[in-house]
Amino acid sequence: MTTVRVRFATLLLAAVPVAVVGVFFVYPVVGLVARGFWPDGAFAPTEVLDVLGRSRVHRVLWFTLWSAGLATLLAVVLGLPLAFVLHRLRFPGRGFLRALVLVPFVLPTVVVGVAFRQLTAPRGILGGLHLDGSAAAIVAALVFFNVSVVVRTVGAFWEALDPRAEQAAAALGASPRQVFGTVTLPALVPGIVSAASVVFLFCATAFGVVLTMGGLRYANIETEIYLLTTQELDLSGAAALSILQLVVITVLLVVASRVRRDPAPLQRAQSAARPPRLRDLPVLVAAGLVVAFLLLPMASMVLASLQQPVGWGLANYRALATPGDDNALLVPALVGLRNSLAIAVVATALSLGLGAVVAGLVSRRPRTATGRRVAGLFDGLFMLPLGVSAVTLGFGFLITLDHPPIDLRTSPLLIPVAQAMVALPLVVRIVAPVLRSVDPRQREAAASLGAGPLRVLLAVDLPVAWRPLLAAAGFAFAVSLGEFGATSFLARSDNPTLPVVIYRLISHPGALNLGMAMAASCLLAATTAAAILLVERLRIDSVGTF
Amino acid sequence: MADEVHRPGDGLAVCGLTVRFDGTAAVDDVSLTVPTGEVLAVLGPSGCGKSTLLRAVAGLEVPASGRVLYDGQDLSRVPTHRRGFALMFQDGQLFAHQTVARNVGYALRLRHVPRGQTDRRVDQLLELVGLAGYADRKPGTLSGGERQRVALARALAVEPRLLLLDEPLSALDRGLRERLAAELRGILERAGTSAVMVTHDQEEAFAVADRMAVMRDGRIVQTGTVSEVWEHPHDAWTARFLGYATVLSGEAALRLRALLDPGAGWTEVALRRSALRVEAQGPLQALVVEARQTPELVRLELEVEGLGRLAGVAEPGSDVVVGERLRLRVDPERIAPVPSA
Repeated sequence: MTTVRVRFATLLLAAVPVAVVGVFFVYPVVGLVARGFWPDGAFAPTEVLDVLGRSRVHRVLWFTLWSAGLATLLAVVLGLPLAFVLHRLRFPGRGFLRALVLVPFVLPTVVVGVAFRQLTAPRGILGGLHLDGSAAAIVAALVFFNVSVVVRTVGAFWEALDPRAEQAAAALGASPRQVFGTVTLPALVPGIVSAASVVFLFCATAFGVVLTMGGLRYANIETEIYLLTTQELDLSGAAALSILQLVVITVLLVVASRVRRDPAPLQRAQSAARPPRLRDLPVLVAAGLVVAFLLLPMASMVLASLQQPVGWGLANYRALATPGDDNALLVPALVGLRNSLAIAVVATALSLGLGAVVAGLVSRRPRTATGRRVAGLFDGLFMLPLGVSAVTLGFGFLITLDHPPIDLRTSPLLIPVAQAMVALPLVVRIVAPVLRSVDPRQREAAASLGAGPLRVLLAVDLPVAWRPLLAAAGFAFAVSLGEFGATSFLARSDNPTLPVVIYRLISHPGALNLGMAMAASCLLAATTAAAILLVERLRIDSVGTF
Repeated sequence: MADEVHRPGDGLAVCGLTVRFDGTAAVDDVSLTVPTGEVLAVLGPSGCGKSTLLRAVAGLEVPASGRVLYDGQDLSRVPTHRRGFALMFQDGQLFAHQTVARNVGYALRLRHVPRGQTDRRVDQLLELVGLAGYADRKPGTLSGGERQRVALARALAVEPRLLLLDEPLSALDRGLRERLAAELRGILERAGTSAVMVTHDQEEAFAVADRMAVMRDGRIVQTGTVSEVWEHPHDAWTARFLGYATVLSGEAALRLRALLDPGAGWTEVALRRSALRVEAQGPLQALVVEARQTPELVRLELEVEGLGRLAGVAEPGSDVVVGERLRLRVDPERIAPVPSA
């Protein structure tokens, strides 16, 4: 093929994801912003400013920032010892433990909220601490969610760190503490910064957890948007908050990308893992406590799901075939599971198809400065959904895709498309680093031996990419199963997904409803955990790193 | 053995040291000594366990049995950073986030040496390794040879009682390696440091060390001064590893012995590539199979009567042609008798 034809084909290929993201991401978000500034068709920016002046909004903003900041700090502190143990030590069961630590990250947010509520409820395992409905419980849940991001990201740096650098320092007379401070920590800083910025982002845009645990006392920007929309029907207020959210997150993303220059290393010098020694005991104990912290809410949830009015059993699970006590649901809970699975399959296919194309394109290194700039913009475009909250997206869908030119109100594709947008950046993040690690000279060698572009793809890229693609599929499936932020705006009561069912159940009084919520949460958690355990077996290092 | 005669002031002693990986002994019952001020080269092919031996001396590997002593003190329970040694890796392992000066001064800062004193010492050391003026460079901007010199300066900064060098020059290209080997020798002499260097390159060992220990499959097969080992290789394998081209045995060896030294008792002999020289009155007869001009001499492949196919040399400029018959003499300096196994 000639250069011109290659360039044309590349542009054509790039046009597809650009168009999809343009219509299903940029258009709804821009429509939302426009709604805020033109509330009744006339340009009225002062209303946005008015909303931002409300004292309740200040309280919400402050809670968002401090809860996210504190949770980030704790996630880093708790994640470091676990990263060391899981990435620098070698012991039986390490693979399983690594997978286990990844599970909270993909657990549906609603499930985590339910699990922590159960844990801190007066009759729960930690009931004596009186944390029910407290800000501390919310922060704990946020930490629970994000420890795995720190473990994964910092662990990747730790694993790639040549142990001989530390040995050289020790041989020069540095005590273990001095080695850590002068050699190990400086090498980990990019990973820690990278992880912390992403964790802060996730915490600041947490929705399901805060909604299920915050009650009326605590709200962050995300839940406030939801409440303004669905409870108070204050659309311009919600739009104003969405704009605020967009600005805050964009600033954060820009700052984070400035601070972290080094991408997570993928190539390992040599396996640095060694068997544990006696002097690792303090770290092992710390890591064990963190694992216990991760297991406790899950265990408490499982126990609660097995609790019957009298004794123990599977009554709550059997009740999932019903619409619940007092008809809390319009349909049996199992309909939600069926819907969730069907939607997840479609969303996974969509995000994987788009993500593969995007990853393939962003992993090429253009020769010209202009080419690099375009590639950088392209890359950034598909990371946007990571920064824009799912709630904003769902809200944007709600107000822009329900009337011509694009009316998808009744389309069964509405929810899968929204979830695919949420999963897309994660897919790209898993696949692109692996493709980038392919030495471009391998492609050149294949081409020089007479392989056309398609053959190059099959011979060089596919053998490297099939495992990360499969891992990304599993990851996208898990994310889609648990997606609640966008879906909560889009799912109709007579056709809900399982996370929506769970939220409905816990919002309705009744012991059976709570039991059913626990059972449904366990079911959802087990399904996502199974998907993630399968993914972990593929051993793709970029899964869950940022 | 070594530990019985070992007294304070005697430097390093390794006694019956064994290191196992998954049941296999990488270092197998090794004993050696390095008196203060001496440089020992542990020479062996890759995978023979020499780096593991060095790491065990440094305290980075836990031995299955045996002991490491320094000046009579058992170091088994002394962690790496309290041994007072310094280890220099094959690729230097400079700290990439620190400047050259901070790398060199690293150990001094650990010991809270006053700033001015540290700066002076760093300057001295950079001078010593020929890198004055490099203080503010980052390791990433240095060449391989420069990086190794910085690593050496960093290792010397603490005035270690023993310097451990793991293939310090192997990563460099040949010319640089030869030059740096000579410099390394000079630097170690001036600093008066005891050292153990492991290497697979016999030239490097000859250039830097006072004594050599030849290692094979985890065991020390021979120790001695550099020239002792060179002149009397312990066995055929050692001879070949030291760079002898051929080891003759059986009839051929006896024929050569009869020619050179009929009274000697050896039954095997190692020959260098230049052991056989073309000489009109020489006692051996040979047929030229191959002839190749090099800048210094003519290298020959010969079918030697009674000895078989061997390498030989002729004076530069002599026009030896393939198929020619000629006579040879044996250069006694370039052969070494090998004790029979």
